[in-house]
Amino acid sequence: MSKVFLALQAVEETRAIIEAIKEDNPHAEVENQPAMVKVAAEGKLQIMAETVSNHIGRDWDPQELQLVLVSLAGNVDEDYDHFTIYWDN
Amino acid sequence: MTMKTQKRKKRLNMKDKYKYMTRLGWDTTYQDMDDVFPKDKFEGIKIHDWEAWEDPFRMTMDAYWKYQGEKDKKLYAIIDAFSQNNGQKNITDARYVSALKLFLTGVSPLEYQAHRGFADVARNFRGDGPRVACQMQAIDELRHVQTQIHTLSHYNKHFNGFSEFAHWHDRVWYLSVPKSFFDDARSAGPFEFMIAIGFSFEYVLTNLLFVPFMSGAAYNGDMATVTFGFSAQSDEARHMTLGLQAIKFLLEQDPDNVPIVQKWIDKWTWRGYKVLGLVSMMMDYMLPESPQSWKEAWELYFEENTVALFKDLERYGIKIPECAGTVSAEKEHLSHQIWMTFYTHNAAAPFHTWLPDEKKMDWLSEKYPNTFDKYYRPVYEHWGELEKQGKRYYSEMLPQLCQTCQIPMLYTDCENDDPTQIVHKQTTFNGERFHFCSDHCQKIFEDEPEKYVQSWLPVHQIFQGNCGGATLPEVLKWYKVEFGQDNLDYVGSQDEKMWKQWKGEA
Amino acid sequence: MSLDIKSIDIKPKRETFGHVERRIGEGKMASRYEEATFDIQPTTNFHYRPLADASYELYDVEKTAVKMEDWYKFLDPRQYHYASYVTARAKQQEVAEQNFVFVEKRNMLDVMPAEIKELILSYVLPLRHYEWGANMNNLQLCSEGYGAAITNAFMFHAEDRLGNAQYITRIGLLLSDNEPVVLDNGKDQWMNDEAWQGLRKAMEDSFVIKDWFELHIAQNVILDAFVHPLYFNLMEQELNAKGGSAQVMMTEFITSWNEECARWIDMTVKVACSENEENKELLNTWCKKYIEIAYNAVLPLAKKVHSSPEEAMDMIKDELVVRLNKNGLNL
Repeated sequence: MSKVFLALQAVEETRAIIEAIKEDNPHAEVENQPAMVKVAAEGKLQIMAETVSNHIGRDWDPQELQLVLVSLAGNVDEDYDHFTIYWDN
Repeated sequence: MTMKTQKRKKRLNMKDKYKYMTRLGWDTTYQDMDDVFPKDKFEGIKIHDWEAWEDPFRMTMDAYWKYQGEKDKKLYAIIDAFSQNNGQKNITDARYVSALKLFLTGVSPLEYQAHRGFADVARNFRGDGPRVACQMQAIDELRHVQTQIHTLSHYNKHFNGFSEFAHWHDRVWYLSVPKSFFDDARSAGPFEFMIAIGFSFEYVLTNLLFVPFMSGAAYNGDMATVTFGFSAQSDEARHMTLGLQAIKFLLEQDPDNVPIVQKWIDKWTWRGYKVLGLVSMMMDYMLPESPQSWKEAWELYFEENTVALFKDLERYGIKIPECAGTVSAEKEHLSHQIWMTFYTHNAAAPFHTWLPDEKKMDWLSEKYPNTFDKYYRPVYEHWGELEKQGKRYYSEMLPQLCQTCQIPMLYTDCENDDPTQIVHKQTTFNGERFHFCSDHCQKIFEDEPEKYVQSWLPVHQIFQGNCGGATLPEVLKWYKVEFGQDNLDYVGSQDEKMWKQWKGEA
Repeated sequence: MSLDIKSIDIKPKRETFGHVERRIGEGKMASRYEEATFDIQPTTNFHYRPLADASYELYDVEKTAVKMEDWYKFLDPRQYHYASYVTARAKQQEVAEQNFVFVEKRNMLDVMPAEIKELILSYVLPLRHYEWGANMNNLQLCSEGYGAAITNAFMFHAEDRLGNAQYITRIGLLLSDNEPVVLDNGKDQWMNDEAWQGLRKAMEDSFVIKDWFELHIAQNVILDAFVHPLYFNLMEQELNAKGGSAQVMMTEFITSWNEECARWIDMTVKVACSENEENKELLNTWCKKYIEIAYNAVLPLAKKVHSSPEEAMDMIKDELVVRLNKNGLNL
């Protein structure tokens, strides 16, 4: 299976997103770089709005990802409560 | 009567809600649909059901304005701070600034063309879904050209080589490479435009353009450009998903689309790669601190990353672009050959070049173990000798340009065992002979000769007397290139003098 | 980064880019708007003619009969470049959002009479298709127009129309408690109800206008100048008295947007007219033509949404003519 990939700016808001990702995607590999955080995962990566909200201390809308997104690889599916990246193969 | 102020309401799921917010079109009856949409059938692409389009991102305009507004607030705060604090003093070395000159003159005008191009396809596709996605990209691209101009505006105040970017892009010889690339896409039909730009450029090749410039900026202390880069990247993520969605949509609509799309993937990966030659040179030669070599970038972003992508597309019958072999064979030669071209023709190019120092040459030896010391170091050492004698070498000849990609024909044959042989292909069409740098460029021409015979080749134009005159000073004047300011070696330039003053080395 | 008060003297070599300096004068500081707008569209040495229509270059002044010595005379009085545009709209959408939240939270729609809801669903909601058509036309203008000064503004105007369409859609869903069937009904009205056909025809005819400046006149200057004042001014004045205040609150975005755009639209007319006599004649002809089309197209709708339709339409027409003549026409 191919890996999906996500890179976020290393700013304050990202901290909560990364914590949520780790919680909901045990198979994800997180790599900290200067100014950027990179995440890779086999097949699928799910960012759950509720988990992020818990970590950030307020209601978090998946569309806020726009503010910190650097790059991604994979197909995208989004709804009010999640943002998912996946490959079909 | 109730104390509760808010009633419970049935909630629409996001996908449905977005459909209602975007599927606003109708089949016209007072005018023929083919008259309302005159451009989306002539390419032979068959669409049976526009409703099968899946929206990659689902941002309504109010969310778009809100989030983009926030992003721009942050970006411009940094641009202002950079300017107020003269951030340009903190870069590693003023040689780096020539990379930015290349960017503003070669890349930013392409963002503008993308803006107009996506507005065009946003009007001309029959389906509502792609029209909304494409217009979002159209306005994003306007954001990019304008934020790039604003970011680099401060550099323009102090450094030469930025001021006439708009004038140069339309005239200067090497800038016809990116200009013709995008003119090619813009003059094609809407589906080819989507595969050329939306897919091949914005998905397959995008990391090879932006990551080198942005990490180059980060490694060389250019806070303004780094910030611009990050700010643009989230837009780029949306563009990438649009490109991916576009190609899958086309391939799923009809098997007859597959060979057409494959042809476009082959053509545009090659044309895109040729433009990226400028980036390879930038990465390997123009960054005082180099994060990555061209070879490494190609191996990571194309050979590794694209494998997953093309595996995904395999089921439709799509194959990896046929030029991948050539590009791979060239990867240890490309940047050197291009830098040498610009080094020798620097009298006619409005940015600076220079010889790599020992440290850089050792880095190049390490990154290019099979080629640098064997083919290229000796040339630089020879030119170094000339420089010491006060005879810094400038070519006084104009190079032959490839009819398709318009790059000087100084590429050698890297796929066979002698990479010192220049590749030169020829085709006769309507009694006239045309010249190409490669099989791939020749093939592109031969598929659509009536199109490529139209090329405005800068060197031909100079010889035809259309560029101000027969001498270099006349041409430079016509170019609005200031001799001794914008062009020639970094050593001895106004940029260098100013930099040394700032660093107290004057 | 050190706070070096005793910093070295760094004087700029130049204030701005060459093409900007040639326009605003040497030594002058350029605004963000000026740097983002002047001369960013290519004008020459194009490599290939468009496959879809080889009679024009990629960017071609011949795509309109309007003649300008300098297409950058169409400077936007709002000075919108991307950043200032999204900043302005972000503020406006914030206000709009608060209005929608207020209407919902206070159950204002509960006190809206059923016949007002019906009126809005049948005779306002279909405007989402009108706005979509206006979006299409402004994308056409952005694609085919000449000179970034005016085409940048068309891009923003196109996105505004999509925003309008989305707000109108939202109103429909709110009124119906998220029953999407009202959207289908609204589309059915647009496609089949007698009162809407004049406007739909006018819209579809505009889709095939070849001259882009003529399209701008037809859509942005004339048609909108009938549709918007009727729906978002005159009709709403009567709604307040009939229990329809919630509607007025929910369309505040569109109302203030109209006020803002008027400055830009007026400028486009004024600049084109004052350039030469031929342009003035052209615009006169176009305006006359489309005023008649718009009047006849919108009157049946006025009959549905206003108590004195002919009076309303005449008032709108008169005001439009006065406004256009103030900007250089003689209608």
